Amino acid sequence: MSIATAPTEDKAPTVARRQRFDLQKLLAFGALIVLFGFFSVSSHAFLSWNNVTGILLSASVVGVMALGATFVIATGGIDLSVGTGMTLAAVMTAVFLNPDYLGLPLVLGVVLGIAFGSLIGLVNGVNVAVLRIPPFIATLAMMMAASGLALVISDTHPIYFSDVPGFTSISLGSIIPGANLPNAVLIFFAAVAVAGVLLSKGLIGRYALSIGSNEEATQLSGVDTRRWTIAIYTLAGTFTGLSGVLIAARLNSAQPALGQGYELEAIAAVVIGGTSLSGGRASILGTMIGALLMAVLTNGLQIMAIPQEWQRVAVGVVILVAVFADNVRRRREAGH
Amino acid sequence: MRTTKFAGVAVMAAAALVLAACSSGGTTDDASSGGDSSSSSSDAGSGDELYVALISKGFQHQFWQAVKLGAEQAADELGVRMTFDGPDSEAEVEQQLQQLQTALNANPDAIGFAALDSEASIPILEQAQSAGIPIVAFDSGVDSDIPVTTASTDNKAAAAEAATHMAELADHTGDVAIVCHDQTSITGIERRDGFVEYMESNEPDMNVVDIQYGGGDQLKSTDITKAILQANPDLVGIYGCNEGSAIGIVNGVNELNMSGKVIVIGFDSGQAQIDAIKSGLMAGAITQNPVGIGYETVKAAVAAINGEDLPTTIDTGYYWYDSTNIDDPEIQAVLYE
Repeated sequence: MSIATAPTEDKAPTVARRQRFDLQKLLAFGALIVLFGFFSVSSHAFLSWNNVTGILLSASVVGVMALGATFVIATGGIDLSVGTGMTLAAVMTAVFLNPDYLGLPLVLGVVLGIAFGSLIGLVNGVNVAVLRIPPFIATLAMMMAASGLALVISDTHPIYFSDVPGFTSISLGSIIPGANLPNAVLIFFAAVAVAGVLLSKGLIGRYALSIGSNEEATQLSGVDTRRWTIAIYTLAGTFTGLSGVLIAARLNSAQPALGQGYELEAIAAVVIGGTSLSGGRASILGTMIGALLMAVLTNGLQIMAIPQEWQRVAVGVVILVAVFADNVRRRREAGH
Repeated sequence: MRTTKFAGVAVMAAAALVLAACSSGGTTDDASSGGDSSSSSSDAGSGDELYVALISKGFQHQFWQAVKLGAEQAADELGVRMTFDGPDSEAEVEQQLQQLQTALNANPDAIGFAALDSEASIPILEQAQSAGIPIVAFDSGVDSDIPVTTASTDNKAAAAEAATHMAELADHTGDVAIVCHDQTSITGIERRDGFVEYMESNEPDMNVVDIQYGGGDQLKSTDITKAILQANPDLVGIYGCNEGSAIGIVNGVNELNMSGKVIVIGFDSGQAQIDAIKSGLMAGAITQNPVGIGYETVKAAVAAINGEDLPTTIDTGYYWYDSTNIDDPEIQAVLYE
């Protein structure tokens, strides 16, 4: 999968930039390989199939969320609402499916749950593109409102899916017979493929990058940037909705108090993956690597029984190194 | 330009309507607000009615809802007005101090306070003391002699009780691990140390091989449990220090299909834990008496207002419950879903 950059920036020496960009992606990928190797040697337990699928499963909720956030960050925006938006989508999925509430059929309830995520994104998009509220503020407001609404709608109680047959298998079942690979992991990979195609081949990806590198120029070239911005935030919300379904299926419940802080993990995954916070450059594959890197690091340190305090330090250092690499790249670029 | 703005406002309004419609469609039963504050008495108008303000550590966890329920019962019985506030999460020390300050400014007759950080709250508690407002500490103590009494669970003894059951179920041999909510709060520390110290001094053939912290987050605690089980294939048991940790352990054991191969002991209750105990996945759990904590706090506050003598601590008790006694009325009264 190639790295997507903004078409309007192609005046600059593309080849050189791609090489440098690939360098950072390689750095993240290299770090993933090195960590994986290190933990495999350090602990026999690390490389077991159960543990590897466990790592993939633990990366899938934040990973799916981060895929959507990648598009928003590509525009130079930010989406702080993905964490609690996930929670609200999970609660709404419970409301749609739980027999004590609406008790809709499984497929319909899941689709509506994901669509509710899209609605959250749509409101974000309108606030940013039409009302011209800065993305940080608009999505911060949504982060708080979504957290509150999740508690209000659930009446502060977790809502369970015990009476919704088949729901937990969305995350924990395994459609590949005998493979013991949880469906959530397959859904994560499928979402990566869809997001990758949308970013590199779809209009929405091209315009997201284009808006991120120069919104005015994009608008002058005849693109309705307002409409596309709304579409991009809505897409991010759709991934948020999907992550809400995944976490609800994994926990067999919608936990209304969960989710705060997940947005920062998603943003970290995006940044580690080489997507620039100032917009114009993004990589879906990078985001996936970023999410996996954090999951491998956390799991490996847990397996080695490293105290949790140090696990956090390690994740912090990885984020710092990734952003530092991003800065070095940009500074070199400015030197041209 | 004007039309643009107008259209924007219209879209916002429509979006708000959609959200509002969804939320009202979501709640099936009463029109309960689910907010962070409630007044238990209807006739709030009368002038000489006593007012007790409770500041808890949170309001969205089921545990705190049960504490609130007990406080409301006592307030109704004693005919006092009671408010119940708490921060968004148990990490929001500053927000809680702000709420304590706000409560103090409302000039209540007494304050009940469950400190997230006992040191940080002392300056505000001193203000209350000099204003002659008695403070009742609840759930966890405050490192100071300002509170007239503390209504709480003896967490260390409760954790030791969990350890005795773990040791019995494991035939007094083998390695065990702990998933805790955090390493800084008094409950986190005491529920960990009570368990570890019991094992160290009473069970020479048992070792606590790993202690990890999941912030009470079910998802993180699930992943932590799986990592612990992968790293320690000979583990005989895991103990979870609070509801989120215990449910995470249940999920992790489930996901690895290890039900029955490892002894799971939890803390507090909640639907998922109750189900796990009934299905046999979880051997049992310690429950506090959250309704009793709320009830005793308000009762002690009224006693303090009336100048009555109070003991320095009010032990609100704890119970071990498993599949044999889970349906006993005494246990059912303190469990919450």
